[in-house]
Amino acid sequence: MLPGTPFHSRTAPLNQGQNWRRWAGYLAASAYDLSPEREYWAVRNTAALFDVSPLYKYLISGPDAARLLDRIVTRRIDRCAIGQVLYTPWCDEAGKVIDDGTVARLDEQTFRLTSADPNLRWLHQNAVGQRVTIRDVSASTAALALQGPHARLILQQVSPADFDQLKYFRLTHTRIDDIPVTITRTGYTGDLGYELWADAADAERLWDALRRAGQGYGLTPAGILALDVARVEAGLLLIEVDYQSARHALIEAQRSSPLELGLGWTVALDKGAFIGRRALAAEQARGPAWQFVGLEVEWKGLERLYAAEGLPPQLPATTVRASVPVAAQGRQVGYATSLTWSPLLKKLLALAHLESGSAQLGNLVMLEVTVQHQRRYAPARVVKTPFFDPERKKA
Amino acid sequence: MATHTYDAIFIGGGHNGLVAAAYLARAGKRVLVLERRHVLGGAAVTEELYPGFKYTVFSYVVSLLRPEIIRDLDLPRHGLKILPLPSTFTPLPNGDYLAAWDDHDQTRRELYRHSPRDAEAYDDYGRQMFRMAMAVRPILNMVPPDPASLSPNDLLGWLRLGGHARGLSRADFHNLAKLMTMSAADLLDEWFECEPLKGTKSASGIIGTFLGPRSPGTAYVLLHHYMGEIDGVFRAWGFAKGGTGGISNALASAARAAGVEIRTEAPVAQVIVKNGRAVGVALENGDELSARYVASSLDPKRTFLALVDAQHLPGDFVDAIRRFKIRGSSGKVNLALDALPNFTALPNGPDGQALLHRGAVSISPSVDYIERAFDEAKYGRFSRRPYIDCIFPSVIDPAMAPPGRHVMSCFVQYAPYALEGGWNDAQREAFGDAVVDTLAEYAPNLKQIIRHRQVLTPLDIEQMTGLTEGNIFQGELALHQLFFLRPVPQWAQYRTPIANFWQCGAGTHPGGGIMGASGRLAALEMLKDWK
Repeated sequence: MLPGTPFHSRTAPLNQGQNWRRWAGYLAASAYDLSPEREYWAVRNTAALFDVSPLYKYLISGPDAARLLDRIVTRRIDRCAIGQVLYTPWCDEAGKVIDDGTVARLDEQTFRLTSADPNLRWLHQNAVGQRVTIRDVSASTAALALQGPHARLILQQVSPADFDQLKYFRLTHTRIDDIPVTITRTGYTGDLGYELWADAADAERLWDALRRAGQGYGLTPAGILALDVARVEAGLLLIEVDYQSARHALIEAQRSSPLELGLGWTVALDKGAFIGRRALAAEQARGPAWQFVGLEVEWKGLERLYAAEGLPPQLPATTVRASVPVAAQGRQVGYATSLTWSPLLKKLLALAHLESGSAQLGNLVMLEVTVQHQRRYAPARVVKTPFFDPERKKA
Repeated sequence: MATHTYDAIFIGGGHNGLVAAAYLARAGKRVLVLERRHVLGGAAVTEELYPGFKYTVFSYVVSLLRPEIIRDLDLPRHGLKILPLPSTFTPLPNGDYLAAWDDHDQTRRELYRHSPRDAEAYDDYGRQMFRMAMAVRPILNMVPPDPASLSPNDLLGWLRLGGHARGLSRADFHNLAKLMTMSAADLLDEWFECEPLKGTKSASGIIGTFLGPRSPGTAYVLLHHYMGEIDGVFRAWGFAKGGTGGISNALASAARAAGVEIRTEAPVAQVIVKNGRAVGVALENGDELSARYVASSLDPKRTFLALVDAQHLPGDFVDAIRRFKIRGSSGKVNLALDALPNFTALPNGPDGQALLHRGAVSISPSVDYIERAFDEAKYGRFSRRPYIDCIFPSVIDPAMAPPGRHVMSCFVQYAPYALEGGWNDAQREAFGDAVVDTLAEYAPNLKQIIRHRQVLTPLDIEQMTGLTEGNIFQGELALHQLFFLRPVPQWAQYRTPIANFWQCGAGTHPGGGIMGASGRLAALEMLKDWK
């Protein structure tokens, strides 16, 4: 049997359709309800509780911990204050993205790195001769994401920490029901939200405490399907869906640089040497060949395609994780990798890789759609991401 | 030109002979295959040597069989079914085990238990080997061009190869160069720290060679085993329904459907050569059959030193064939069982079976273990504690044994052909005992459940199949015997110094395993030659 996470005894009875998927070798709920809709709306309207324990987590500590991370990731670790969290990709020598995740500075010499793929070997390979200890705490750390407009109110019920003072991408160490918990103001939904990190042994009690506190605030356990819609609205990319890890790629064309993934803002070419710097500096100078952009499908154009067949537009109920060609002037100029209907924005959205020449904001491109088994093209416009960016996220 | 009874006669009804014959017949040629034994398949045969129990006597798994042969000859329609062998289970002397399952997450979890770092390295290693296999794969489908020749065909071949090599990344090219020269143990040391993992992986590097895992050149053999593909997935090994004889039967059926005439129990005494040209064969029963072309799928020594009178061949060629390395190093033990062996490390469930029985069980606890097994063979003894690769054909295909009973196939290395004092009945039984004793250390009930056992030494393999020294690859997969050097330089393009006499066995490029590529490439060359 595939193992469950430390919350499995709590999540399993809630899963009405026993609707599980795999996440990093664990059972993860696709949805608890038979339909994920209510769970999605909890993210945008009340608060959703996601079990994100399958994330890989590493504790990196010692006098050279900051130096090691600075060498690996593209962002400046020397500027990461104690109590701060950074989102960052990391690259191979050719400047192609291996993985992305967060680095949390727990104290002067201790960091927690989260990642989508295992990275223990990469960390060790780059730590030779350095005074660091690397611990894989993936299995021993339970993690929850509490996301949505009511997230702060719920935490205030159970923790003495000052959440009004806890800024976006900062962390605090506190207790919930006497359980030591680190809370980071981070998430994968682009909404007001927090992630909670605790010892796996305390997982069930933590879950119970949050459920109790959340009762009056619409707290809803939510699965991956709801998360997948919210993260597209937030313009956040997903490994192995929106890009392929350079480590997994079989051919050059399958690799992407952070500059090609819309992550140029994370690449600190002004810091010292780091893995991939030389290649990224060269790419920066000549300009990346690709851009990762948001596409908004033009409703009228879509409606017309379906109307020609006597149908109303058929919208995906969950995020479509498939590569869909994008054309302009009769030529393929890219491909969309995530496509979702936003119930909040009432728009069909896509995250897409476009050749730089076609990627300007406002540019009109054609997205392939299959209408009644026929290949058609719907007009879509390049727009800014996040598609949805509420003030409360950072306020 | 004289008229011949046949367009082509193939000596040997092994898989390469059948493949080559089928390709020629499909091109409209009149083809005869002559097999010495009563059963077709050479070393790929299934025989019921104990009532109700079918042994996959010699070869036992398949992966390398070329997909284009499966397609061209429509083998599935002729009964070919390759069933999955989903796991490899390595029991350890300390009572634990290491397993690789067919699920990535499950395997990762298992490896993580032994070494967190190896669990990750395993994926990276797998991807690198995949890229290496992609790099080498085109070579499997090409007639080796001679680098010392200026003929248009050879130059074109090198051009094609060069074009392909340019498609490799620099890192891949460098890795390939290393892989060609390293030992399996050194290669694996670069990746892993867990001994059972290195031991089990290194075993693929020694199979069919007279080398230990620390001998240079074994990394390539490891890659050779990686190049198998089933449904486009590299490194997928399977078990053919009915045993490897099932593959031979499918090939024979396809060949017959294409019009090939096949005669069994028709041993060939000699190739008839007139004025430097092969014109037919003489059978042991005295019959003579004429053909435009004669081709041998037997190993190079048997082909050139036994079938042909040396006077028809250049002396230096005969010398080169004599020096061709074809040392036998492995044996086989086939068991008929009343039940399945119960491994201490993962005991059988109430149904008398464990997950491990669906796949391979590998006795390879460490590189040292295998190297030590080799040490004994180096000096003319069989390994007292050998490397053993077992499968349970009856678990995968219940038709292999009566209901509830089982057959177990054990590939054993090392058993030197040149045993000190020579092989005899007592030595054979002692060898069989060493294998059973070794296995019983991990599965103590084994001795009580054995109903019948067949022990095959390299000498037995030679006598039964005709493979010189019982070498399973018709010649070792050493770098100096591969590609344009297989079997010997200048004669790596399936032709021989005798006009109209061809070679199409695994002793030619690309070599051993149930691959069929030698037979196919030889047939395509013969057709090109047809005027």
